[in-house]
Amino acid sequence: MNTRVFLVDDHRLFLSGVRAELAARLDVVGTAIEVNEAINGIRDAQPDVVLVDVHLPGGGGKAIIEAVLRTHPDTRFLALSVSDAAEDVIAIIRAGARGYVTKSIAPDDLLDAVRRVHEGDAVFSPRLAGFVLDAFASDPASPVVAAGARDDPELDKLTARERDVLRLIARGFTYKEIARRLEISVKTVESHVSAVLRKLQLSTRHELTRWASDRGVV
Amino acid sequence: MVGPEGLWNHRPVSRRRFRISTMQRGTDRVFAGVSSGVAAALRVDPIIVRVGFVVLSVAGGVGIPLYFVLWFLMPGPDGGDRGLRPGSRFSNLDLQHGDVRRPVAIGLIVAGTVLLFRNVGPWFSDVAVWPVTLAGFGIAVLWARSDDDERARLTEVAGRPLQAVIGGRQGALRLAIGAVLVFAGIGAFLAANDALGAARQVGLAMAMTIAGLGVILGPWIRRLVAELGQERRERIRSEERAEVAAHLHDSVLQTLALIQRNADRPRELAALARRQERELRSWLYGDRNASTNGHNSTLAAAVDAMVAEVEDLHGIEVEVVTVGDCPVDERVDGLLLAAREATVNAAKHAGVETVSLYVEAEPDRLTAFVRDRGAGFDATQVPDDRRGIAESIRQRMTRQGGTAVITSAPGEGTEVALELKRS
Repeated sequence: MNTRVFLVDDHRLFLSGVRAELAARLDVVGTAIEVNEAINGIRDAQPDVVLVDVHLPGGGGKAIIEAVLRTHPDTRFLALSVSDAAEDVIAIIRAGARGYVTKSIAPDDLLDAVRRVHEGDAVFSPRLAGFVLDAFASDPASPVVAAGARDDPELDKLTARERDVLRLIARGFTYKEIARRLEISVKTVESHVSAVLRKLQLSTRHELTRWASDRGVV
Repeated sequence: MVGPEGLWNHRPVSRRRFRISTMQRGTDRVFAGVSSGVAAALRVDPIIVRVGFVVLSVAGGVGIPLYFVLWFLMPGPDGGDRGLRPGSRFSNLDLQHGDVRRPVAIGLIVAGTVLLFRNVGPWFSDVAVWPVTLAGFGIAVLWARSDDDERARLTEVAGRPLQAVIGGRQGALRLAIGAVLVFAGIGAFLAANDALGAARQVGLAMAMTIAGLGVILGPWIRRLVAELGQERRERIRSEERAEVAAHLHDSVLQTLALIQRNADRPRELAALARRQERELRSWLYGDRNASTNGHNSTLAAAVDAMVAEVEDLHGIEVEVVTVGDCPVDERVDGLLLAAREATVNAAKHAGVETVSLYVEAEPDRLTAFVRDRGAGFDATQVPDDRRGIAESIRQRMTRQGGTAVITSAPGEGTEVALELKRS
């Protein structure tokens, strides 16, 4: 059975374009062009993966993700946007998206990304990998702020291996190429990326907050 | 006061029921046409009214302020009396419609009060009449002025001032308090005037009068100020919108026009779209590329500028990721030039449309990776021209004390890795 996909984008032309690209290989079970329509549509259709635009009238993709995850925590989201400004990317990931790709992504890569998100893995574009490296870049041993003290301190830094994987993603390698290069399995690459995603979503790391606020994220 | 023609000519008597709101100043005027207007409204001969005014003026001077008050309240004949501006202003304020009853009533109350004072107070004299006249003038001028400067805008913004003054839930109470204060102020002023005493009391009287006017007119003035502020904000907003429109016109629309003309040349088309995207992005999301005097001061800005140039010149897309940042010095420039050469090389020889560029600034080193998924080459059988380029890249890096490693295989693309230790 094909992966069931729901598309949310306020740009109708883009919406129909993506739909045409995906329809051959996936079940497009619904589309929406604004926030409330999307929330209701997703709850009704219960898709496996939602492709969601970051900027939407009525609250943006972030509002959709937060609302749907409250009632349907198993829904997986892949953010798709023309904007690759750092604040947009980090905000939508922290809201619960499992990946972020820009709209210039090639159709095959998009299919791959949808499949990966469906399987519960994370999808990082080179740009997102760069942002994460940047956000976690400063001294990994630096103390965590008091507010984050109850959290797992492991959340606040990347392991050397995760850093390697992210660097290769940022350099434009595919997961397969990374696996070959680091002599690990693709599955291991995927689990590293998912671990980074988890840290990105859960970390209260001081640097991440500061980094984000430097770039306008609240 | 009474002229010979004016005595006998009067306006045709209206068939309508008498309403003060229908009063207009007459055309057969001796002074301002007030008498003939009143006479027409009362359906009596103007001479009776005129005689009445004369008598009132002689007996204590009340006729004169009463005449002026009516002059201000009554519109000119057919709304078009250029010579008597206060009247025409009041007609602009829509006073003919119903609302006029209240000001007229207030005027009559004032006149009645004045008459009352005259009868019961032995101190009442011409000296007392003029303050009342002045107060009446003051209010009239206040209203007229607010209608004067920005007449159209104010009437639109503020609505009808009289409704603001009188309307509202607590309007009646407020009006009553205000009126009491105004009259108390005037009364105190008159009393002080009479005793010719104490400037202190005059001050008190003025303060009370001003407080009374404030209570009556305050809400209207406050709303007026608030709505003017609102209007200013909207004007600023519309100016911003105009600026955005101008920018989009100069950039995006021009590019779209170019794209339509180049529809058969996909490569140029992509380059155009890409350049426009970059411009718009930097305009929307703040300008990381802002360079001072054409010199980029940070690594990230310099990388962006370099990429923009290569994309424009060679019609390829460079997927650039920059991590960390540092100031640009001669060595950083060297690394950037080497990266640029590698990128151009990929654009020319790899036969691909996308090249990845990754630049990272760490505390102890700078790294740059230029990667394409193109044709690639066998490192042992490099054509001379390409060997030259590889050597040039290596030499640049060596001069700055760094290294360049070029990895490639036929069909597997090429990656150039540049590294520079930082002191």
